[in-house]
Parts: sequence; C-alpha cells; structure tokens
Amino acid sequence: MFGELVKGLRTTLKYMFRQPVTVQYPEVKRPVRERFRGRHELKRFADGSERCIGCSLCAAACPADAILVIPAENEPDNPRSPGERYAATYEINMLRCIFCGYCEDACPTNAIVLEHQYELSFYDRRASIFTKEMLLVPEDQGHGEPPPVLKQIERRPSPPAQIDL
Amino acid sequence: MLKTEELQINIGPQHPSTHGVFRMLVTVDGETIIDLKPVFGYLHRNHEQIAEQNTYLQNMPYTDRLDYFNSMANNQAYAMAVEKLVGIEVPERAEYIRVLMVELTRILNHAGALGFLINDMGMWQTQLAFGMREREKILDLFESASGARLMCNYFRFGGVARDLPPDFMPRLKDLLRAMPAFVDEMERLLRDNEILMQRAEGIGILPPDLALAYSVTGPVLRGSGIAYDVRKAEPYSIYDRFDFDVPIGTVGDVYDRFLVRVEEMRQSKRIIEQVLEQLPDAQGGHINPKARQNVRPPVGDVYARIESPKGELGFYLVSDGSTKPYRYKIRAPSFINLTPLGDMCRGYKVADVVVILGSIDIVMGEVDR
Repeated sequence: MFGELVKGLRTTLKYMFRQPVTVQYPEVKRPVRERFRGRHELKRFADGSERCIGCSLCAAACPADAILVIPAENEPDNPRSPGERYAATYEINMLRCIFCGYCEDACPTNAIVLEHQYELSFYDRRASIFTKEMLLVPEDQGHGEPPPVLKQIERRPSPPAQIDL
Repeated sequence: MLKTEELQINIGPQHPSTHGVFRMLVTVDGETIIDLKPVFGYLHRNHEQIAEQNTYLQNMPYTDRLDYFNSMANNQAYAMAVEKLVGIEVPERAEYIRVLMVELTRILNHAGALGFLINDMGMWQTQLAFGMREREKILDLFESASGARLMCNYFRFGGVARDLPPDFMPRLKDLLRAMPAFVDEMERLLRDNEILMQRAEGIGILPPDLALAYSVTGPVLRGSGIAYDVRKAEPYSIYDRFDFDVPIGTVGDVYDRFLVRVEEMRQSKRIIEQVLEQLPDAQGGHINPKARQNVRPPVGDVYARIESPKGELGFYLVSDGSTKPYRYKIRAPSFINLTPLGDMCRGYKVADVVVILGSIDIVMGEVDR
C-alpha cells in the first residue's frame, strides 16, 4: 500500500520536471512545416509586375468554388503583368476555401501560393472575402523573371501552357 | 417485486459521449435497456451528390472530410477506385508511400479511438492525452509530407502528390523507436485495470453470426473472433508483400475490441518497418508521370475497397464517360458498424451504452456523409 503510494508520487514528480509536450499557444507559436498549406498569397516577378495573368485556371480547379477571377486587358504602356491580361478582380472566399492546394497546382505562372499563415479568424462574413489588395505581396518582394512566352503578345499562346518557373 | 414501467428516452443528439451529433432512442426499464434505435442523419451534408457535380480529382479533398481521422485511408480508397476505372498504373515507390501513410493512419486512429473509449469509461483524460500526444507526432509527419495535418489531400491518381521530404525518414525512425514504449505503457496501465475490466469485460457482446449478418467489418468484427481483413482476404496495393498477423478476439465484448486495436497498432508498426526496409529498392517515382489528373474514364462502373482503420471502406463509381462521376457511392465502415448497436446494447445498463458506442469507434462525418 505504502509502496504503491510512493510509486505513484514518483511518477507524478518525474513528469513535473519533464519538458511539456504542449505549447502555450498565443504567446508561443508552433512553427509549421515547409509544405504547410495556409493563407494564399499572390506573388510578383522580380521587376514588381504581377505574376497573375488572369487565366482563371485556379477558379476552374477549385473544388469549393471559392475563387473569383475577373480578367482585364493590360494597357500596353502601363502593363500590370507580363502578357495580355491581368486579374482586375481576384477574390478568395475564405469561408469556402478548403486549403486543398489545387489552385497552386493549376497556376501556370506560380502566382498563387499557399503560405504559412494560419490565423484566419474574422468577425463578420464580409471579412471572409480576401481581395486582391490583401492577397498581393508588396512590390519589392517579387522573385523570378517573366518567362519569354508571356512577352510574345502578338502570338497569343492559347491555352496557357504549364510553365516551369 | 416493484412494478416497473417502460420509458423511452433520448440520448443525444447533443450529448458529449455520442461522438458527434447522433441520437439513440432508448427504451429502458429502470436502468436496463429493452431496446435501442440508432437515429442518424444530423450531419448529412450531401457528400455523394456534391461528388457528382465535381470532377474526379476535385472529389479527392472531399474524401478527406468523410472520416477526418483517417484522411489518408479515404484518399487511398478513392484513388484506387478511379485508377481501376481508368486503368492507371501506380509506381512501386508510390505504393510503398501509400502503405506507409495508411498504416501510420491506422496507428493514430487507434491511439485516438482507445483514448476516447477510456475517456467514455470515466477514466478522465489521462489515456486520451497520451493517445493525442502520440497522434500529434504522426500528424506532424503528415504535415511535413502533405502540407496539412488532418485534411491531407496527399494522394493523386497514379501516386502521391509529392515525394517524401528529406527529413521525413529520420523522424519516422525516431517515432518508431519511441512507439513500442507507448503501446506497452498503455497495455500495462489498462490491460488488467480494475476499472476497465468492470466496464468492458462481458459488455456489449456481438456474437460472430450476428456480426456477419450485419456485415460488420474492421476491429469490431475481428473482436468477435472472425479473422477477416481486406488486406489478407483480397490483398490490394502491395499488401501481399508484407508479413503481419490479423489479431482476433474471443468473446466479442468491448474488452476484446480494445485488445484487438492495441495489437493492430503493433502489427501496423511491423508493416511500417518492412516498408522502410523495402522502400529504398522500390522502382519508379512518387507518381506515374503519364497519369493525367483530369481523367475522363470510359463508361463503366467499379468498386474498390481497402481495410480502413475502422473497417472495409469501399468506393463504388459509375462513369458515363464524362469528367464527372455519374454515381458515387461510399460503403462507410462507421455507418455499417453502427447498425448492430441496438442488439449489442440490449440487456445492459444505460451507462454501458456509452462504452459500447465508444468501442465501435465511429466518426459521424462518415456515418452521415
């Protein structure tokens, strides 16, 4: 009887000095893995132009119908993106999104990427619609050169081929 | 002798022990159960109809949400069905990765399920916390391989979405080294535990003939003493290459189901160890490069089944030659294992219902679809 009591207390003491497996969440954040699929970001090229060319392949691939893309023609003297078109409207409904990553797979220019942010709560349903301004990364955070195929505007490559960037 | 009266009560749908929104219409005489009718459909979300509106690939993330504990197993069953329908070859390496993921899923499912079962018995939290601690390590592996912890969406037609990350194998080996200690500790704490024996032994007996009549599968059927496992009965994928045992119970009570699950965790570990041995020699990449993802199968129908941690999970697809399935039907193990609940509970006390339900190990997302 007494021996068992000591044994039980010893187990308790042992666990008291052990590193806890839990994390104090709001103060300490658990790092996510490299491939984690979180909040989307719309990327840019190194010259600051938008990677999104408004092809709507992401919207077609989306199983939950969460993405709305309305493309517009680029102004020839002030293009927003390489190629003919850019996304005039790009909205993702975060209440519909299931974070499957198919938009990332479908994108021919690697414009949409699921990044590591996972704290996505909001107070009203209107705030669940993430607009292009919210998704687009700042101009100085672009990477990569526009592929030559996008610059051949007069040749009109269609449908957009999967370009390895 | 006091004159007693029969009384009809509802357990659920808003009851913490029903593992979701599930209602049991119980007829009791005092504390003894005369009859029990499972009532479900509260979580119905039109899964099969939605799937008929989606293309074949778009259904893959939806299958994650059937049995959200075992998204990898659901993915495998669906991918196998479509591969069979279209005729896509899966490379050897992809098959090994698939088996590895599904066996890890089995371990985490049983760790969680036993934790919830013990929780239902009133041994609050300890075992559940231990189970969740182990489950967390496996979920972390899933996150590094697929990008999500629960809704993995890792499988594609002809393989898996991405190859294993470089740090996957060392961490998996660490996990396997630590795992026997966890299973042994759980068995040591619970096997001859007085509380567990009182609540589990001789409770909720499902005789083998009744289990067969209800076409129950998985650990519930094996607990009743019938060694039926789809991995052995009809080896799919590459399960014929592995050496493992199918644990069975003797009586078919809650305790037998508990022991079967504990043993299945050990067998899954055995399979994973054999995968680790054979994986470096496997041919091919993680996906068949010729496999198209936006498939357009020929007209026909197909049924593919796997041994999911909860039982036989089958997908029945009918194709009309278009990019969307004409009919998409799921044989959900949780749903079928739940049907004999009335027969399992009859004659026992009200307090046993919760334990018997916990021992079936249901997930309402799969029951109601």
